[in-house]
Parts: sequence; C-alpha cells; structure tokens
Amino acid sequence: MPDTSSVPVLEAAGLRKQFDDLVAVDDVSFRLRPGRSLAIVGESGAGKTTIARMVVGLERPSSGTITACGHDRSRPPRSARDRRRRGREVQIVFQDPYTSLDPRQSAEAAIDEVLRLHHGWPAGRRRARVDELTGLVGLDTRQSRALPRSLSGGQRQRVAIARALAAQPAVLILDEAVAALDVSIQAQVLNLLADIRDQTRVSYILISHDLAVVRQIADETLVLHLGTVVERGPTARVLDDPQHPCTQRLRASVPGPGWKPRRQGSQ
Amino acid sequence: MSNPARADAAGPTKAASSAPLLDVTGLSVLLQVNGASRAVLRDVSFTVARGEAVGLVGESGAGKTMTARAIGRLLPRGAQVRGTIRFDGSEVGALSGADLRRYRSRVAMIFQDPRVHINPVRRVGDFLTEALRTNLGVPPAQARRRAVDVLAQVGIEDGLRRLRQYPHQMSGGMLQRVMIAAALLTGPRLLLADEPTTALDTTTQAEVMTILDGLRREFGLAMLFITHDLDLAAAICDRTVVMYAGQVVEVRASALLHTDPLHPYTAALAAARPDITRTVHRLPAIPGRPLSAFETPPDECAFASRCTCTRDVCRTAVPGLAELDGGLSRCIRAHELRGQLQAAPDA
Amino acid sequence: MSAVPLASEASPPGRALALLRATGPAGIASAIVLAVAAFAAVIGPLLAPYDPNLPNLALAWVGPVGGHLLGYDFEGRDVLSRLLAGAQTAMLGPLAVVMISVPGGTLIAVTAAWCRGASDAVISSGLNVLFAFPGILLALLAAAVFGAGLPAAVLALSAAYTPYVARVLRGAVLKERSQPYVAALEVQGAPATLICLRHLVPNIAPLIAAQATILFGYAMVDLAAISFLGLGVQPPTANWGVMISENQVGLLEGYPLPALTAGACIVVVVIAVNVLGERLFDQAQDARR
Repeated sequence: MPDTSSVPVLEAAGLRKQFDDLVAVDDVSFRLRPGRSLAIVGESGAGKTTIARMVVGLERPSSGTITACGHDRSRPPRSARDRRRRGREVQIVFQDPYTSLDPRQSAEAAIDEVLRLHHGWPAGRRRARVDELTGLVGLDTRQSRALPRSLSGGQRQRVAIARALAAQPAVLILDEAVAALDVSIQAQVLNLLADIRDQTRVSYILISHDLAVVRQIADETLVLHLGTVVERGPTARVLDDPQHPCTQRLRASVPGPGWKPRRQGSQ
Repeated sequence: MSNPARADAAGPTKAASSAPLLDVTGLSVLLQVNGASRAVLRDVSFTVARGEAVGLVGESGAGKTMTARAIGRLLPRGAQVRGTIRFDGSEVGALSGADLRRYRSRVAMIFQDPRVHINPVRRVGDFLTEALRTNLGVPPAQARRRAVDVLAQVGIEDGLRRLRQYPHQMSGGMLQRVMIAAALLTGPRLLLADEPTTALDTTTQAEVMTILDGLRREFGLAMLFITHDLDLAAAICDRTVVMYAGQVVEVRASALLHTDPLHPYTAALAAARPDITRTVHRLPAIPGRPLSAFETPPDECAFASRCTCTRDVCRTAVPGLAELDGGLSRCIRAHELRGQLQAAPDA
Repeated sequence: MSAVPLASEASPPGRALALLRATGPAGIASAIVLAVAAFAAVIGPLLAPYDPNLPNLALAWVGPVGGHLLGYDFEGRDVLSRLLAGAQTAMLGPLAVVMISVPGGTLIAVTAAWCRGASDAVISSGLNVLFAFPGILLALLAAAVFGAGLPAAVLALSAAYTPYVARVLRGAVLKERSQPYVAALEVQGAPATLICLRHLVPNIAPLIAAQATILFGYAMVDLAAISFLGLGVQPPTANWGVMISENQVGLLEGYPLPALTAGACIVVVVIAVNVLGERLFDQAQDARR
C-alpha cells in the first residue's frame, strides 16, 4: 500500500456531542496522518472518552463529521458489511484489562473469531495469522491458550492489543490502555506499542491523563477542556512550553524532581 | 531494644521524642487462600517518627496494602501475623475493646476509592460525625460543628450544605477531601493513606495532595503514604520504603532515591517510567512481571529472577536488610553496586 | 493479585462435573436425588412390581403387606407401583414448563437488554403486565378454553413463568452487555446475534441453569396443585398430585400412606431442586468476579 503521508487516515471536523442539556464535546476537529500518533489529554469530564467512542462508532455525534480511510462514519453503518469494514479501519483497546476480554475465550479463540468475521480464510491460514499476532504481542503458547483469568493485567492487555490488530486497522485508539498497569509492565507495553507501530505503520490515538506516557508515544497532542480544544501542537512543544492556562495547570500538576504540591489557583 | 531498621534521613538526628511513633519489626503475614497458607509479607520492618511522612512504594504483590491493613488491624480472618507492630509504645496486635477503638481514632486510614468506603444511602454529615458520636461520645450538635470546621480546612466551604448532601452528589476529588476530613476529625497522630489519589485526575491529585500535605504539617501528623508512584512519594515524603514481593528492599531519604538508589529494583523502577521531558527510543523495561511473596522462593533474593545484576551469591540466601549510607538495602551486592545504579539522568 | 494458576480448558461435561463438585455435599446429595427421580421418570413404569392401573376394590386401603411395601390405595392399586409410574408425569410436566419458559424468557431478556432504550421500556412494561396473572389463574383459563389435561396446564404455567425468567435474566444480561468486551466486539463489526448467542448467553449460562433448576421446583408444586384440583393430569393416569387428591380421604380415616408418600415424593424432589438451584446460583455469583 503506497504511503501517501499527506492523506489523513482519520479526520474529524466540527465534532459535537450533546447529552440532554450537557454538551460533552463541542467543535472538535483534528487530522491524523498514517503512521503518526495523536494524544488527547485533559481532565476527566473533558470529553476525551466521548470523542474516542464517537470515532469508533459506539456513540453517534450530534453534529460534525468523522472520516476514516476516506469513508464517512458520522452516521450509523447501514449494513453488516459496512459495520465490518469500519472494524477494519479503526479499532480500540480499553483501559480495564479485567473486563475487556470475554472470560470464556482464550486469546487464540478471540483472535480467531475476529479473523473469521473479517476474512473467509481456511483454518490453516487463520492459525498462522493467530500465531503471528500472539508472537507480535509477546504471548507464549501457554498464555495464548489460557483463559483470561489465568493471565495478569499486562498479559490481558497484550491479548486485547492482538485482538484489535487482527482486523489490521489503520487507526488504533488506546483509551487509557496502560493506565491500569504496573510501572514495569507499562514500560513493556509501551515498548511493544512502539514496535508495533514500526512494523505495521498503524496510527495511534492515545487518550491518557499521564503526560509522561503521552510524551513517550505521541507526536502531537490535543488538550481538551470541558469539551473544547484549548491547545494543540507537537507534544514536545505543548509539554515543554504550554500556552493555555489549562495546559499549564495540567503540566504543573505532574510530580517530578523538585515538584512540591502547591495550590494551582482556581479554574 | 532499638529497631535496626530505623534509619535517619541524611541530616541531623531527630531530637526530643526519639522513640518512633510507629515501629514495625519483622512483620510477616500469611493468608488462608483455598485452604492453603500463602505468605504475603516477609519480615517487613520500618519506622515512622512523630510528624514524619514516610512513603511506601511498590507494584502489585509488593504487600503495601497488606502492610497498611496489618497496621490498621484490618486483616482478613484466618490471617497469621508474626512480628510486632508498636504504636506509641503499645503492641497493636494485643489491643482489644476500648483500647482498640481508641487506637482507631489515633490512626486514621484514607483509602483509594472513596465511593467504596462511604455508605451511598446516608448523608455525608452522618458519615463524618459517626466516629465522633460513637467512639468518642461527642454530642451531635458539637460533632456537626466540628465537621463543618474540618471541611473548611480541606477546602470545602459551605460545609453545612455539604453535610446534607449524599456522596453521589460530589465529585471524586471532593469526596476524597471529605475522607481526609473524616480522617482528621478524630484527632489522629498517624495517617495511613493507601493510594489516596490514584483514582483521581492529575490536577485533582495535585490539589488533594496539597491539602493533605498542608494539613499534615499544620497538625504535625505522621503519615504513611502508600503509592505506586515513585515521583509522588518522593515529592511528599521525607523517607521512602520500597517494597517488592512482600519484603522491604530499600529505605532511603526521598531526595536520594533517584540520584543514589541502593537497590537494583528501585533503580529499575525509576528507569522504567517514561520521562515527561524527553522521548527515548525504548524504555528500559524490567523483564517478567512483579511477583507476590508466595511466588518467590524463600531461600534466595526475591528480585533475583528479574534483576540485571544477579550473581550466584544472590541465590544462596535471602539477603538481610543492611545499613548503607544512612539508608537500608536488601541487596547483597549493594556496596559493590554503589554509584552504578543511578537511574535518573543528570538534571 | 498476581497469582496466575493455570486454568485447564476442560470439556463441557468436565466443566459441568466440576461445577457440581463445587456445590458441596448438599448440592451433590440433591443432584443424586434428582437423578434417581429422573431415572424413575424414565423407566419407572417398567420397574413397577405390580400393575399401577389395575384396581381391586377388595384390597382398598390395605396397609403394607407381603411384596407391597407401601400398601394399597383407595382403589386397591399398589402404591409403590403407582408412585413409580406417577414419576413420569410428575417430572415431565415441570420439565416441559422449564423447556418452554427458560428459552423464551432468555430470548426476551436478551432482546430487551441488547436493544435498551425504548424497546427495553416497552418489553419491560409488557412483562410487568403479565406478572399480574398468577400461574394457577392462567391454568384455570386454559382448562376452561382447551379442556383439562396436562398439555393445557403446561402451556399455562409456561406463559406465567416466562416473564419471571425474563425479568430475572434481564438484569444480568444488561450488566454483561455493558462490559467493555461487548463493546470491543461491536467495534469489530460483529453482528448482534453473534454477540448475543456466542458471548452474552454463554456468560450468564450458570445463572440460567440455576434459574431453570429452581423453576422446576415451582412448576412441580404448581402442576401438582393443578392436578390436585382436577385440571391437570386426569385420573386414572398415575401422578403424584392426583394421588394426593384421590387418597386424601384416607388421611382422615387412618390410611395416610398413599397420600402422604405421594406428597413426600413431591416435597423431596422440590427440596432437592431448590438446594441444587441455590448452590448453582451461588456458584454463578462467585464466578462473576
């Protein structure tokens, strides 16, 4: 597939979501190019997860458009074929490793199910692809065959990543995907995500409250506050030289060398 | 009988009451799981001096919460406890009845998820004044006044209105501040904070930590602050205790934890964290996964299977907790590795 | 928190046995009782030492004597034989009720919980209306319309129980449906039927099994009552409920054995079913970790 890097693989324009009288997301636009990574940060309630759910199709925008791989996905899919095609464009990994896998399915079974959904491949070819994917995320044979309850949080997230990648999506949304992991495991998974990006050219949208993780993974960052974008730019610039008071507050709240808790001033 | 685990921060010894407020010595806990005995804590020792903030840092299975529960006398039934926990000179395990209730008013716990620890069908005011009314026999009207006062101290104005609210009407950050207020109401000497800000936003975390830190200093309270965040512990606490697989592996002045760690695990943990000021190609990840006490063999160093500095000597016996440069380390090679474990880059 | 015991991927029969073992001694004892009752239901008539339907008024109410362990009933028929023969209708009726109402209720529950929103509201309201009709009332209605007999009674009870099953399961399905793994499947583009049949229902299967077991007990009591009233199984067909009705006179006249033993059979089976069902329910709750 030619790498037309100037054509965005995901584009949102004027996204808006209103629940009764609460406006969760207001006039949010962004572009994601192939192989690049975008982070969406902000406090809870800022609308980050709502945006992720709209992009992936779990929530319908009140207004605005979302285009993935050239296809519009602002309205619900019209057919099963449509639904499956969208599944091959954008995928998601959720935060909680303990509820994002079917407790009765092994990793192999879960990945195989996805393959059967999208492709009419014979069993042999599917088997090979399952092995490829479990190898890619660093799961050994025992772990691939085990039920989720025998796996640790980090291992379960690897399964979730492998399952998401089975559809070969162009965009992978990581909704606080490493937040629930131990520090040492988080490092392993972050390295894994970097490896995957190098190998498959997938684009990430990273939703995170952890700015250090954002720095490590994302090229660009969007800062949300109460549903609107208050600042955007290259991650390094946004974190090293924040312009908007909300971003400054966020940045100043992160513990680090020499940091002491201070009142940040009211919103 | 001095506790060999007592370590002073790099600086002058604490004068006046040199006896520690909390003295944990050789604490080992076994839990009953499906009929089998499982070790969750092995020989845990540390002290908290009056007015001192000590951080307790570790990953899953380290035993941080179990330690807090042991101190708070909240272990599940069937738990076997060895070793001693002394609070203000008295043996905590031997307390019962009125003594135990008094102990609970002097050692206050703050938990991670406030919504789990507060009754959702009762008003916040009832929750706040309950301990005062039942344990200390304070009359209701006076208890309410004190509740309003302490709410103001945690930064919640219009306390009277808040007392009449239900938990679901408050945000996570505000509810956690209510929990802190509840903890302060009984006039404790020691705060046991178990990951109190983990479930909160970064900005809310900073606010809550500011309040907690400020109040602690104002009232001269000691605090045992449990967290998985090494940076947060370093920011709030004078000393930090690092735990792994149910054991204490390092005790160090927080300021020196990043620049001069004494145990390979501490260094590896610090290095595994992404740096907010720069990107690296790949993070130095620790192979394997964090283990619990019962998953590690009892006759060798618990971290040996994952450590990059392992030698044969590490697998011959469990290293003891030894003093080194004002801190403590359970690494048998600590002297050798001094200065080479530095994780953080120069500022 | 980080203990990772290896879970064996057991086959379904293996899993069922393991589940049974986990219910403890009371659960296992109940399962044995039910197995015996089921066995009697299947080949009871063949095991009967004497003809259960042959009356001999000369022997009416005679107590236990010779090979007749439980004596004779009001028409001189061997009680033990009649109990064994009666097991068939006594067990088959509730089984039929369960096999209609549980799948039916599951279907309604899954539909309501999957669609959520307006559809769920409509279905739930409909269920609430149906709750107003107790099983016995519907049975009377069915008997009036279709004539007395087991099929009518079974249909009536099934109609009465289906909303109950739906109501109980709807909550569990809703909870399951809100789990992220279901969202992950939706994002994959999996069709609703696949998610419901392959993922939602299997994950609440232990709960369904527990419900079905308890419902069997309710159905047994209700059907016995209906037969007792003369609206269900018609005499001279052997049936425990009918036997109580036929022989109730004996209770007052000093010949309690026929009616009491029939009643005892019902009680024992219902207790066994309730104990097993409750244990299974507890297992289902524990498994939802």
